[in-house]
Amino acid sequence: MRRNYALYAGSFFAFVLALGVLEQHGMPPRWIGYAFLFLTIILYATIGVLARTSNVSEYYVAGRRIPAIFNGMATGADWMSAASFIGLAGTLYLTGYQGLAYVMGWTGGYVLVALLLAPYLRRFGQYTIPDFLGARYGGHAARLVGVFATVLASFVYVVAQIYGVGVITSRFVGLQFEIGVFVGLAGILVCSFLGGMRAVTWTQVAQYLVLIVAYLAPVTMLSYKVTGVPVPQIMYGQVLQKIELLEQRISNDPAEIDVRRLFLVRADELAERISGLPGSLAVEKRIISAQIDQLKNSNAQMRDVFALERQRRELPKNADAAREHWDSLMRQATQRGSELTRHAEAFPGIDEVASNTVRINFIALVFCLMVGTAALPHVLMRYYTTPSVRAARSSVFWSLLFILGLYLTAPAYAVFAKYEIYSNLVGSRIAQLPGWIGAWGKVGLVSIEDINGDGILQLAELSLNPDVIVLATPEIAGLPYVISGLIAAGALAAALSTADGLLLTIANALSHDAYYKVFRPQATTQWRLVVSKTLLLVVAVLAAMVASQKPATILFMVAWAFSLAGAAFFPALVLGIFWKRANKPGAISGMVLGLLVTLYYMVRVQYNAIPWLGIHGIGMEPWLGIQSTSAGIWGVAVGFLTIIVVSLFTDPPSTETMNFVESVRSPDFSGH
Amino acid sequence: MQLTTKHTQYWQRSLRITVILLALWFVVTFVVSYYARELSGIKIFGFPLGFYMGAQGSLIIYVLIIWFYARYMNALDQEYGVSEGED
Repeated sequence: MRRNYALYAGSFFAFVLALGVLEQHGMPPRWIGYAFLFLTIILYATIGVLARTSNVSEYYVAGRRIPAIFNGMATGADWMSAASFIGLAGTLYLTGYQGLAYVMGWTGGYVLVALLLAPYLRRFGQYTIPDFLGARYGGHAARLVGVFATVLASFVYVVAQIYGVGVITSRFVGLQFEIGVFVGLAGILVCSFLGGMRAVTWTQVAQYLVLIVAYLAPVTMLSYKVTGVPVPQIMYGQVLQKIELLEQRISNDPAEIDVRRLFLVRADELAERISGLPGSLAVEKRIISAQIDQLKNSNAQMRDVFALERQRRELPKNADAAREHWDSLMRQATQRGSELTRHAEAFPGIDEVASNTVRINFIALVFCLMVGTAALPHVLMRYYTTPSVRAARSSVFWSLLFILGLYLTAPAYAVFAKYEIYSNLVGSRIAQLPGWIGAWGKVGLVSIEDINGDGILQLAELSLNPDVIVLATPEIAGLPYVISGLIAAGALAAALSTADGLLLTIANALSHDAYYKVFRPQATTQWRLVVSKTLLLVVAVLAAMVASQKPATILFMVAWAFSLAGAAFFPALVLGIFWKRANKPGAISGMVLGLLVTLYYMVRVQYNAIPWLGIHGIGMEPWLGIQSTSAGIWGVAVGFLTIIVVSLFTDPPSTETMNFVESVRSPDFSGH
Repeated sequence: MQLTTKHTQYWQRSLRITVILLALWFVVTFVVSYYARELSGIKIFGFPLGFYMGAQGSLIIYVLIIWFYARYMNALDQEYGVSEGED
């Protein structure tokens, strides 16, 4: 097995190298994009077909024969999604220290997995997470609540992955977004549909190798270019010091100060317009109309007239739409006009109070991401696939080690990109900016507005979408296009592998836990697999349909998935293992209340109105200033509290359950 | 199921190591981040210490915690004669 994968890694390098050589000889970039996209998908599909199975244990838990180190790699690929691969470095670029909450949260959660869950779940040795809830708390109710939470959290997450696939395919090979979504879907299905967990695991190992090489290659080259040492993870400390000097210079630059003042003036104007609604909308219309008339009378260029007419057509239709539109413009302007964020500064704020709010949000987000990591079913399920409890424990170690490959590098990406932009881009003439600005500007990820009209780029005039940092690093560093193709293949691997794991988790929860365990216990094993595969297909198509609608709040939804999973599962699982007295009424009420509190907080903090339900004016002030993405902190607390209080007020669990807990806690000594 | 002293002892010892390592995790994660502002005056490899801990230091400690736990528990299994062989 090891030899196979070494061979595979070798041929992948040869493939990349061959494409690099072909590019030198004039192969067009579009073909390189196609080669990466289709060859990697064919590769995953081949592994999927070779590992196909119709055996129940192979299908659900890969026959429990996955060695710890390979399970670690598969977990790594399962874990690192499109958001980690593309979005994380960009978030770190934009928010500096504050973005480290994601880096810490998405790695530290594995300590909880290792110490509190993985070995015990493996000793229990069934198929799914609801299986454990059902066995520990008895009856179908706890199991069904578990199924509901699994589907809720995983579905939100899988939609985000498929959306990511659509973005990558449409950007790198020029497929239409909707077609890209369905091409990606096909790639996902050949693996999970035919071979279940076994095929998914071996494909994920292959995908891990692609994604980690793709992630490390460009930034290593960039590090070599900037510092002369190709170890970005260590060298970015020096670059960070240079950035501090650049930040100092930029924030003292008179032109920069002036640009920021202009943005703040614009924000004030917008605020005034918003408070003048609905009258100000009509005024706005009149002003533009007057300008059009004036231009027409003065024999101006028709092009300018058309531009103004389009501006008039695109004015918001009514006061509500105008409020929303102007509000978002005002936020942008305020953002761009505000003080420059210092990359390494922890918890910036204008005063002590503001700074403390940032700090408490940082801590709360770290907490939610960690607890969510230790509660997302598609990750926990992986520890059922190892041969033994011992292998489960070392498998968590391998998982985190492989994951660190990416997470230790993401902050370096942000710092190197920032250095290039601050030192080479800012202060140069707008007419002579490098080509990648225009190329990514066309797809709307980069925009430049010369607000003070001096023809020179000030930092505040440049606005970047976080995704562009990783995607454009090869171009920023002046590397050949083949590296961009590699990045695309890596991002695709990250999205596909996570989607595979999630889809399988949803289908298993529905087919195994809901259908087989609750509704049709007499179903034959063959029939169970048929049901599972059918459900997989249905869920996959549903997710692709939702993703092709391009839901706007998708990134928020991913953070919510962590809060939801954490609130629903973490207290019930941990207390189920570590507190014998926890009983069925306690667990069910704790899970339901935890979920409800989390949902309630998210919705009321995030939205003021839900138009399609006819609900208005439900917005509330956040408690302690904590944002909706960290709603899980309340849900988890309520979950723990409810389980403890309700359990203490109801009968203790039966002797059978007590024995079950003992059997999960320690190995079987009887044979020795 | 009959609970032997072996059971209780084994469980007590795994509980103890779990609590110790969780405490370490808590300090590294929450206490250190809470004081990140104050730690920024100290430099390590050119990083302010607060930033370094968030970006690398705590991650490395997490891996070490998990590695140590796996090693300790394997040794415990061996001591109690319930080791499951190689990984």
